[in-house]
Amino acid sequence: MIQVVFLAQLREQLGSNGIQVDSNSAKSIGELKQYLISHHPEWAEFLENKKLLIALNHEYARGDLPLKSGDEVAFFPPVTGG
Amino acid sequence: MPFSIAVQTNDFNVGDEYAQLVENDKDAGAVVFFVGRVREMNQSRLVSGLSLEYYPGMTERVLDQILDVARQRWDLISVRIVHRVGQLYLSDQIVFVGVTSQHREHAFQAAEFLMDFLKTQAPFWKKEITAQGEMWVDENQKDKDARERW
Repeated sequence: MIQVVFLAQLREQLGSNGIQVDSNSAKSIGELKQYLISHHPEWAEFLENKKLLIALNHEYARGDLPLKSGDEVAFFPPVTGG
Repeated sequence: MPFSIAVQTNDFNVGDEYAQLVENDKDAGAVVFFVGRVREMNQSRLVSGLSLEYYPGMTERVLDQILDVARQRWDLISVRIVHRVGQLYLSDQIVFVGVTSQHREHAFQAAEFLMDFLKTQAPFWKKEITAQGEMWVDENQKDKDARERW
């Protein structure tokens, strides 16, 4: 399974802290996004936001990285700490 | 702990942080620290408090990485980063960045670098509590520009 995490404003927009996705359904971050949107069409406008950041196993993911079972993928808006 | 980070709900005491930064050290001729606080006016909204969220695991990791980069770029003797999360109110302290070095240029520059990268890289999100309701803070172009100069 792949653990998907939604944070901050995105969590509120989607109404979900995250979900688990079978690793056979998403072999890459791009496929995962498509999987999420196909199962939750109402999430499309938020997940397709170009400003959204993505992390794979607690590291920023740049580009369409491959996924495997046990991975944690987080989607979140631009950061505003400090 | 010459180099350490903390993400915590508790407040921090600047005097204690300073004392720890220079404890048992005879070389640190320069100490620079920054404290970020909850201010009342933000982008012309009247703010009464903030709710600060983070991503446990990743936030600490990113702070450690930013600290490592600073250590590679400047001659630093000690660094302390503390960032609070949870519910904060007007005038509360949010963040502490303290840097010591033999010379002030290194300490000043590293402290600015750490804050600029913390603001644009570390996974923290602020939600403001205002009279008009709660709203998530948008990323700030000025902060992105500040990061680009490094």
